[in-house]
Amino acid sequence: MTSASPCEDTRAGASLTAEPVLRVRDLQAHVAGQQVVEHVDLDVAPVGVTALLGRNGVGKTSTIKAILGLVGRSGTVELDGTDLVPLPTHLVVRRGVGYVPEDREVFAGLTVRDNLRLAERRGSTHHYDLVYDLFPELHQRGGQAAGTLSGGQQQMVSLARALLNDNQVLLVDEPTKGLAPRLVAEVSRVLARAAQVAPVLLVEQNLQVVRDLAQHAVVLTDGRSVHHGPAADLLADDELTQRLLGVHADTGDQGRPADPEAPA
Amino acid sequence: MSTVVLLLFTGVGLGAIYFLVASGLSLIYGLMHVLNFAHGVFLSLGAFLGFEVASRLGATTWTGFAASLLVGALAGAVFAALTERLLVQRLYERHIEQVLVTVGLGLAAVALFDGIWGTDPRFISGPAWMGRTTSVLGANVPNDRFVAILVAALVLLGMVLFLQRTRYGMIIRAGVENRAMVTALGIDVRTAFTLVFTIGGVAAGLGGVLASHYFGYVSPLLGQTLLIFAFIVTVIGGLGSLTGAAIASVLVALLQQFANYYLAGTGDLAVVVLLAVVLLTRPSGLMGRRA
Ligand SMILES: Nc1ncnc2c1ncn2[C@@H]1O[C@H](COP(=O)(O)OP(=O)(O)O)[C@@H](O)[C@H]1O
Ligand SMILES: [Mg+2]
Repeated sequence: MTSASPCEDTRAGASLTAEPVLRVRDLQAHVAGQQVVEHVDLDVAPVGVTALLGRNGVGKTSTIKAILGLVGRSGTVELDGTDLVPLPTHLVVRRGVGYVPEDREVFAGLTVRDNLRLAERRGSTHHYDLVYDLFPELHQRGGQAAGTLSGGQQQMVSLARALLNDNQVLLVDEPTKGLAPRLVAEVSRVLARAAQVAPVLLVEQNLQVVRDLAQHAVVLTDGRSVHHGPAADLLADDELTQRLLGVHADTGDQGRPADPEAPA
Repeated sequence: MSTVVLLLFTGVGLGAIYFLVASGLSLIYGLMHVLNFAHGVFLSLGAFLGFEVASRLGATTWTGFAASLLVGALAGAVFAALTERLLVQRLYERHIEQVLVTVGLGLAAVALFDGIWGTDPRFISGPAWMGRTTSVLGANVPNDRFVAILVAALVLLGMVLFLQRTRYGMIIRAGVENRAMVTALGIDVRTAFTLVFTIGGVAAGLGGVLASHYFGYVSPLLGQTLLIFAFIVTVIGGLGSLTGAAIASVLVALLQQFANYYLAGTGDLAVVVLLAVVLLTRPSGLMGRRA
């Protein structure tokens, strides 16, 4: 494996020449004794949003979990020149990796306030002002058990936990999954603001959200990264989107039924 | 009437001892998914070392009794922390191996206790008041029951305050729900593992001293015998639930006492039947979360 940028073989946009904040090379991941990520190269651009795309089950979530060390992994994951692969998850995170997992994963039995307090990361400033500015509702519902919140509110808690800290990079996995259109727009707004503070790697099925937020895109197929390039170019190419993502670029969503605000 | 009252206090007293063992088991399982088959060892060690200290300071004095509780708690804590650090943590996420190691430690420790203290029971004496009875509604209730109930209630209160009011308590509660997500917030959950073992060890060590007074003796098998019932209590209460463990402890002990008295010594059988009923109707236990 050479250390060449995976962007070389595609149409590298001008902004891609900047040093990536996160450089993933030959990443492999194992879940339940099975190799679900076979070979992923990806760069997270130092500013803005890099989208991680692909059909259901291609290994997007597993790639993110592998970056965090939540699943067995090999390869290299460089953040700021340090390889994260030898580190346990909590030390990866303390280096400034914020994580918003698929399906929110709030602590249902803890209050909203305790969910946030638990997320206060050692060695970081805690931006409660930002968080309560973005999500005033969380301030009002501070004493409520997170498990009793609606799906949209839980997603806010999950986003707030990550945005509370100083991040070098944010890993956000399907933040609009199952949300009503109004909430999709709100999450999208929050992410745009988050991306001004720290670069984001975003897994997202809603292509309109990708179009609005992402400058760069990486596409996975069967546990392998198969495409890197400007997000706009990918989404402008109907044949390519159809082949890689299984949808027409102009229909936006990848055929996933929305489940508006169902309490998770 | 007086028989019922006596059975009630005796049952709750036994429940207190079950709780002191089951609380640790339940927290350990809830957080780490480890079935700690060596947990009874913490109890026996606490009982033996408490017995040794009490007999040196005067078994019939309150000083001796208080010292035995202190030493029992300490012995349980230290041994539990070492077990976690030296054995269990090395087998992180390897559940079969963890079970084998704790079973092995249980067997080895019983053999060690046999070697040091012999296989015959050592009879325990305490302050004279503990051996006397207090009349409650016409029943003569042995005073050691009250002490066991009081200590267990204080331990329950302490655990609840710790879990609800401290950051480590919060980490443990969150970890019982979703351990991976706790680490993904940048928290080293292994510290919480050691802490949970240590707390379990304290409770079991106290339970050992109290059990030796309740039964009147200590033997190398005392802990592992109680462990069987503590596991049943933990399953009935719901693995991982402290409240569940408290309720189930009292429930199981009362059932055992009443069935022993009124149904011709069928207490243990009744407990097994209760376990089967709970498993069939509420597989995750009284207070357990759905799997
Ligand atoms: N816990 C698991 N046990 C077994 N297989 C899994 C597990 N999690 C994910 N997989 C498999 O790994 C592959 C990649 O899954 P995932 O990373 O969740 O994909 P994506 O996020 O792209 O939808 C899928 O084929 C899925 O079936
Ligand atoms: Mg996924």
